[in-house]
Order: sequence, then C-alpha cells, then structure tokens
Amino acid sequence: MRAEGYRERKETVGRWEIRVVSYKVGDEWIATVDNVSPGANIAGASGKTREEAENKALERAKERLAATRTLTV
Amino acid sequence: MAEYAHPEVLVSTQWVDEHKNDPGIRIVEVDVDTSAYEHGHIPGAIAWNWQTQLCDTVRRDIISKEDFEKLMSESGIEPDTTVILYGDNNNWFAAWAFWQLKIYGHKSVKLMNGGRKKWLSEGRELTKEVPKVPRTNYKAQDPDLSIRAMMQDVYKAMENKSAVLVDVRSPAEFTGEILAPPGLPETCQRGGHIPGAKNIPWGLVCNEDGTFKSADELKKIYAEKGVTEDKPVIAYCRIGERSSHTWFVLKYLLGYKDVRNYDGSWTEWGNMVGVPVER
Repeated sequence: MRAEGYRERKETVGRWEIRVVSYKVGDEWIATVDNVSPGANIAGASGKTREEAENKALERAKERLAATRTLTV
Repeated sequence: MAEYAHPEVLVSTQWVDEHKNDPGIRIVEVDVDTSAYEHGHIPGAIAWNWQTQLCDTVRRDIISKEDFEKLMSESGIEPDTTVILYGDNNNWFAAWAFWQLKIYGHKSVKLMNGGRKKWLSEGRELTKEVPKVPRTNYKAQDPDLSIRAMMQDVYKAMENKSAVLVDVRSPAEFTGEILAPPGLPETCQRGGHIPGAKNIPWGLVCNEDGTFKSADELKKIYAEKGVTEDKPVIAYCRIGERSSHTWFVLKYLLGYKDVRNYDGSWTEWGNMVGVPVER
C-alpha cells in the first residue's frame, strides 16, 4: 500500500492562507488542511473520493478559521 | 557548501526505506494530528501520542523519568537502539520527542528528513498494521536540563540580555495580532512577544518538500537576525514543539553550543500576571 495521488494546493479563506493536502491510501482518500503560517494542522477528513475528503476538511477548517480573532496592534 | 555540524542526526526517506527492517532500529511516528498514523504509516513504525505519552497529563510538564522509561520499555527500545523519529508538520512533534530523548540521555536519535510529508509524496510503502514489539527494561539517564529553559531563565535572559530569545511563531502571533495560529483555540490572555525577542518563524528553515535547508542557508537565516554561535540562545513558540524544531536546527544542524528550548513558551508567558510584553 502506498499514498497515491499526493497533491498540495494553497487557497485563501477570508484573510488566511491555507494549504489543502490530499492523497489516497487503499480505498480511502485523506485530506488535511493547515494554516500555512505557521503551518499548524487545523482540519482533516477522509472520504470515498478526493473531492469528498477535501470538502469535509475544508468545511471544518472554515468553521475554525471563522473563530479566529484579530486584534489591533 | 558547509556540512551540517552533526549530519548523523538526520536520515533520508531513502535510507529509512532501505533500513526499516534492520535490527537495532525503532521507527517512531509522532504527529500533531494524532490520527494520522492510523491512516497509514511506515512499515514497522510505532506511534507516540504527544498529548498523552510525551507530556505529564496532570501538571503541565514534560514526561517524568519514570514515565519515559515506561514508554521506552513498551516501545521495545534499549539504550543502544537507534530511534528514528518522523511525523507530520515537517517533524514538529518528532523534534519535540527528539528533545525529550536527549533530556533523558538517549544516545542514538535521528530525524527522518522531510518527515511524513516526504514519505507520502514519494509514494513509499505504507501499512496500517501496528507492529508488536518486545518489551524492554529501559533505564534512562538523569535529565539533562541544560537544554531546557524555564520561565525564570527566560526572565533573566530578557533582563540581562544574556541570551538571544528566538520567537519562532508566525509574524501575526509575534506582533500580537492573533493569540493563536489561525483556526486554533486561543490559549493566552495577552498577545505579543517577550521583549527583545527576534522573530524567526520555524518554517523558514525548511524547503518545500519538508527537508531542512542547507547549512549555509540556515546560518544566513539566523545570522541576519543576530543569532550566532557565540551567543546562548533560547527558542520559544506557543507550546514548545515548534521551538524544539528550531532548537534541533541550531543545536544539531548548526552546532551552536548553548541552545535551550523554552517549552513553557507563550502559553506560559502570555498568561502570567505582571511580566513585560512587547508588541
């Protein structure tokens, strides 16, 4: 068994840049989302297709990012 | 091109692939996302959970010597076993584990350069099988606390400028614009940084494929901010794992003599009453 179709892409959610990583292991697609700066994992999901796994992970990531407060400095 | 000061602490994914079944080697995956291992891991690798196995789960502290001995014994590790660590997020928590193995005096510890990301992206073999390892009776060394900074050490360093403080968080965390990395829960009451600290985000030291940059590139990154080998250094982040990554780079890849990881980091400093904060 190997990771197949490993792919990384970046996109922006609100003011935050995120990286979406997805790959297939066996019959399962895995997706993770990190926040690029600093690179912390903020969501992950699995699914039967890449799209399903990525969409689930992105949905969770967006909920979490929406809760991030920014302060005036 | 200069060599790393201690090249023996790094192994490539290719090396691990070729030696994963060698006797005397234990491969350990340590992830931020503690479920990653279950989705597939290097054949023969075991997993450590940083939240339950590499921390004291009652008080805030690193693992005790007794619990460390128990973990190593249950992991089938002998004092002369070579431990190969790898994980997600470019080895954040693998470096955290490396740091604790060095605190308790384990001799042969290596990081797999590029971590889990590189292994996956190269399409190398994975398994979901959890190996059974024979239990040992591991005895640890007394803790070497010269590589750990406590709050009092950091306070003195800030006041006397006796060490360079390196804040490895993102610029937005450093300035206090955000109180935690985007998408993660806030864990401090105040934002900002320790007065005088230099902001050198941990990720600057990595290439796109997750491997470490060359020694020359690393030296330049730190020298440009005044972090040179003639000065003691204390690295910190939010909870101490990103800074253990930077500690690894400064101590082992660049060979700086006096480098400490402040694992209390911003969740300690940013919650204390009355300590100075700079924005």
